[in-house]
Amino acid sequence: MAEGVKPRVKAPSKAAAGEAVVLKTLISHQMESGQRKNADGTPIPRSIINRFTCEFNGKSVIDIKMEPAISTNPYFEFEAVIPEAGDLKFTWYDDDGSVYEDVKSVAIG
Amino acid sequence: MDFTRRDTLALGMGAVALTVLPFRANAAADDAIAAFTGGAAMADTGVTLTAPEIAENGNTVPIAVEAEGAVAIMVLAAGNPTPGVATFTFGELAGAHSASTRIRLAGTQDVIAIAQMADGSFAKASSNVKVTIGGCGG
Repeated sequence: MAEGVKPRVKAPSKAAAGEAVVLKTLISHQMESGQRKNADGTPIPRSIINRFTCEFNGKSVIDIKMEPAISTNPYFEFEAVIPEAGDLKFTWYDDDGSVYEDVKSVAIG
Repeated sequence: MDFTRRDTLALGMGAVALTVLPFRANAAADDAIAAFTGGAAMADTGVTLTAPEIAENGNTVPIAVEAEGAVAIMVLAAGNPTPGVATFTFGELAGAHSASTRIRLAGTQDVIAIAQMADGSFAKASSNVKVTIGGCGG
């Protein structure tokens, strides 16, 4: 499923140097588990986002391997340390090869 | 009600199947644990798993994991058709080594979190979640 996927990220625009900030991410995706069957009884093929990463200025914050047991519209909340001004880059990897990205700039102040 | 020899045998087989099936479901989870830990012993403290006692809807069960000094945390749902849920790998800029998300649970079962610490040791926590409506859309 490549249509209708919309990443949403909540990140502060400012942080003190070295501060740990809370990041919340949500991406609309149906996360078809491959377990469900349609009306004919044939299984609906799996179609999920299988990996999510967050980086700050190229340095890894978190790398999550996702399996079909993650709910529809995957939501994650975690913390990142902001050592300097820069960009938080969020990346989602779909089973079908699509990659969804979002970038949030964080200033020091 | 009279039990014929055939009924008794069928009952016995049913009872055997009931006791064996949960073990089969857990075998996949045990394999996943062994693959993650390499068979190493796991401490009972060091990782915190927060999950509701009762989840009305198995489609979205909020969980949170936290382990100070962890490199990675694997979350398993032993009673799901496939036990894997997610593996959180923390990078150098991770703040508190915690994360929360929402997961699917097929039914009442144990959710397990296993943390790999920086020194190579492992810690385990599990929490039983009662699910009213399963989340696998059978």
